[in-house]
Amino acid sequence: MAETIHRPDPDELLARLKDEEQRQARGKLKIFLGYVAGVGKTFAMLEAAHQRREEGLDVVIGYIETHGRKETEALVAGLEVLPRREVAYRGTVMTDMDLDAVLARRPKLVLVDELAHSNAPGLRHPKRYQDVEELLEAGIDVYTTINIQHLESLKDVVQQITNVTIRETVPDRIIDEAYEIELVDLPTDELLSRLKEGKVYIPDQAMQALEKFFRKGNLTALRELSLRRAAERVDNQMVDYMHSQSIPGPWPAGDRIMVCLSSHPMGERLVRVGRRLADDLKGEWYVVFVETPGHLHMPAQNRLRMQQNLRLAEELGARVVSITSESVAESVIDFAHQHNITKIVAGKPLRPRWFEILRGTVIDQIIRNSGRIDVYVVSEGTEIPPKELTKFIPGALAPHKPLSRYIASMFLVMGVTLLGHPLRNILDPTNLVMLYLIAVIVSSVFLGRGPSILASFVSVLAFDFFFIDPLLTFTVYDTQYIVTFIGLLVVGLIISNSAALLHDQVDALRLKGQQSQALNDLSRELTAAISLEQVLQTVIRHVNAMFHREAVILLPENDRLLVRAATPGFSINESELAVADWAFKHGKEAGRGTTTLPAAAIRYIPLVTARETVGVIGNKPQDPQVLLSSDQRILMEGVVNLAAIAIERASFAEKAAQTEMLRNTEKLQTALLNSISHELRTPLATVTGVLSSLEESEHGKPEHRLDQATRLDLIRSATRQADRLNHLVENLLDMTRLEAGAMQLNLEPTDFQDLIGATIHQMSPEVCDRSLNVEIAPDLPLVPVDAVLIAQVLENLLDNACKYSPPQSPITISARVNQDQIEVAVQDCGVGIPAADLERVFDKFYRVQRQETITGTGLGLSICKGIIEAHGGRIWASERAEKGVTISFAIPVHFKGLP
Amino acid sequence: MIENTYRILVVDDEPEIRRFLRASLKSHQHEVVEADSGMGAISQLREHHPDLIILDLGLPDIDGVEVTRRVRAWSQVPIVILSVRSREVDKIEALNAGADDYLTKPFGVGELLARVRVVMRRVGNTGTKPIYRVSDLLVDCDRRKVTLAGKEIDLTPTEFDLIRILIENAGKVVTQRQLIHRVWGAAYEDDSRLLRVNISNLRRKIEPNPNQPCYIMTELGIGYRLKDD
Repeated sequence: MAETIHRPDPDELLARLKDEEQRQARGKLKIFLGYVAGVGKTFAMLEAAHQRREEGLDVVIGYIETHGRKETEALVAGLEVLPRREVAYRGTVMTDMDLDAVLARRPKLVLVDELAHSNAPGLRHPKRYQDVEELLEAGIDVYTTINIQHLESLKDVVQQITNVTIRETVPDRIIDEAYEIELVDLPTDELLSRLKEGKVYIPDQAMQALEKFFRKGNLTALRELSLRRAAERVDNQMVDYMHSQSIPGPWPAGDRIMVCLSSHPMGERLVRVGRRLADDLKGEWYVVFVETPGHLHMPAQNRLRMQQNLRLAEELGARVVSITSESVAESVIDFAHQHNITKIVAGKPLRPRWFEILRGTVIDQIIRNSGRIDVYVVSEGTEIPPKELTKFIPGALAPHKPLSRYIASMFLVMGVTLLGHPLRNILDPTNLVMLYLIAVIVSSVFLGRGPSILASFVSVLAFDFFFIDPLLTFTVYDTQYIVTFIGLLVVGLIISNSAALLHDQVDALRLKGQQSQALNDLSRELTAAISLEQVLQTVIRHVNAMFHREAVILLPENDRLLVRAATPGFSINESELAVADWAFKHGKEAGRGTTTLPAAAIRYIPLVTARETVGVIGNKPQDPQVLLSSDQRILMEGVVNLAAIAIERASFAEKAAQTEMLRNTEKLQTALLNSISHELRTPLATVTGVLSSLEESEHGKPEHRLDQATRLDLIRSATRQADRLNHLVENLLDMTRLEAGAMQLNLEPTDFQDLIGATIHQMSPEVCDRSLNVEIAPDLPLVPVDAVLIAQVLENLLDNACKYSPPQSPITISARVNQDQIEVAVQDCGVGIPAADLERVFDKFYRVQRQETITGTGLGLSICKGIIEAHGGRIWASERAEKGVTISFAIPVHFKGLP
Repeated sequence: MIENTYRILVVDDEPEIRRFLRASLKSHQHEVVEADSGMGAISQLREHHPDLIILDLGLPDIDGVEVTRRVRAWSQVPIVILSVRSREVDKIEALNAGADDYLTKPFGVGELLARVRVVMRRVGNTGTKPIYRVSDLLVDCDRRKVTLAGKEIDLTPTEFDLIRILIENAGKVVTQRQLIHRVWGAAYEDDSRLLRVNISNLRRKIEPNPNQPCYIMTELGIGYRLKDD
């Protein structure tokens, strides 16, 4: 029989390859795992480091603690030790690894002792393992040490064994993802004797606590834990290997574990149990939190605990899912079916028996509907402080409702009683019950659950007291009324609960509605915002309104983050800027409320789009105690996503506009060069030509001399050309002055009749030799203008009129007042301007395309436009009905200078 | 007519300008002294006592306006300013400081010689010329009588003051400030409204076509010049 060849699934193989690649790009982490201090982890690590160095690797020590032991120090001596970073904290100076120094030094391998260490406040990360992660990300290999009790998932086991609280923990994934683990083991007896010899360093203040710790029983248990953990790891590697080599084996059935989390204090334990179960079964595990409308009233303390538990779950490697639903049990079962969950872990809080009978427990519902799924119920232990317990249970009775509502409900019942009293002779007592039901319904709808439950109870008592014989006592003769009482109470309670539930749902819906409305508004406003500046201001304003938080947006410019917009009066300092920078470079949240640089005052969220990280948004609550609820966090995520996309779009638009402007400038420069070089050279050529021919004539033989008439003619032509050159240079200078904004208006009350006359007078006959019709309305007011500049406008207009109209055709200049504006027009009977070009003729270097060879730079009209606009006026061209063109300008009669 | 010849001090830092001015002036038999800086101009003035100064405004050491001011402190030698167009304000300043006339660069030599002639004609003739006559316009200052083509014209006292001052400086430019100062007094110097209105009225009375005046010429942004030939 042929042997079956098991081929690995190609997808799986690819995934493994990718995994391998990623691991290669990342630095490799080797962990020296011990079960307790003193087993020789640091020593083993140093020895290994020496070996690597002998192999030619670049090895440095990032941080090491020798505790004054000679053998260890001797090993340190041969290696490069990077200086530590000193942090002043509350009067003492603490030293820690200088992460940036290591990153800058970029060794192949760095030794970082004590992975579970907590960094001094103010450093980038609160925990050393986060430093190590950053080193690994940077492609640097790391050797580190850790004791088994610092593993997050084993924390409570160790606590149970040793009764010592472990504060510093490292997420299990760090160990799981480590490239290699070396178990450093030492038999417990040997360790104890080393301890007695003083070879194990224990700080004085911890002596007492540690004496308890170093008992043989404890040590043996811890040793077992660490051996088991290492074995598990080897087992995993074996399985991996078998997978990759297509060796079929007894795979554990693909168990999927689901932990149902609530805000209850035992949540933390549930998460740890889930992790251990997942480890043992080698299954995937989920942590699910079902948010019900009731959670809206969750006290801040529970909310905080909830968030901590979810974060813990994430650290322990769970997939964390948050579901919004009314019924916990239903959605848990739904989720379990959808995700092929095989085992559900849920907690059973201690509650009074009556509570369970009355409301049923979620656990029971889950078990009833679980079908083939195993349900693990973890009961509440005694380790939960009773104080917290009492706090939790009354939570159901909504103690946070203001007292006034309870009083109002009592008044309601009292009112009904007073109303019912005169009616008691007309109505049966059982019908009076209906009145009380009204009171209960009213209070449940308007006052909430608690007051309405109170109303139900008080109603029963009042009904008995005032309407049932014997009156004014709680005694009942007729036992049938007991049924009435129970009926009234039960109906009252059910109504209370349903109405309150409805209320809560409405609230939840309203909140969700408000949130989506807010997002919708933001999105609409962002769509309308065109410039980057508008986008930023819109985002800032909305963050402020939606979260009551001050916000700041930082965008990169020349590889540096710069504050581009902020809530008025909100500024950030250098160190905050560094936090923002970290968030930007790593594309992860940093600062307040995160695990990176939590000492910062502001929380920075990177603005990430599909393409890149476009910037960072920082936000800070107006009240420093307020944290974002999970709803708000989701909303914030939505805002941040919208903002990122809008900012990316706006910066694209800005870049496009800049490119367009550059291109236009280039076009302009080319046009300028073409036009100017032609316009400058032509007259210069004439002048040079005339001068050289005169010179030639002087030198040459008498028969080659030019006669006097020719000479005069040449000289006149050269003078004309020089004039033209002068005119051009003046235009260029004016253009430059206009562009530079250096055009200073010397406003003087000006008589336009005088101005027009003087302009005509000073124009050289070579430029314009026409007879001009001057039509000036009588009694023109004096208008404040810069006479010299306006004369120049007129000169340019007249010059154009002469150039573009046939010789001897009339040119008309007119001036009149039209609604507080003085309007001056120059009309010719020339070729005119095509309708499409009427506006464009005022653009710089724009010249109407024509057959004729009329010279010009296309500057004249744009200078006119500049000057007229500087006078607060406007200039325009219009076609004349018969032939030719009219160029007019209008200037306010009471112009007082532009603001 | 034999032209008078003068000793003329040419002040310009541009050697090429000095070269052609020297050539043109010498060809009209004027004697030329040169300076290439403001301080040089003042020392040449002390040494050679020229009859007229042609002064560029943009000098390397001290500004032409300042040179004018210093010269006027002790000398009444006529000064003709040379300037490029962009220095309109400087021109007015120099004229107000006592310069006699100005020319904008670039200029023709013919124009320069004409200005020199006009300015030199005024020298030693500071008093009111009793009779001014150009084409059809005749002004008798002593008798305060103005006739245009034989027809007597009625002028207000202010209008007559204006034309009298222009006649004193016929052919030369008179700045607005100088006119206002002499007719209305120093308090009105910054308000040119009255001046404009009066000039406008005056033109309406004496000019055949006020749209294109031929007696009172406007030097835009500077002042007025009465035609003189």
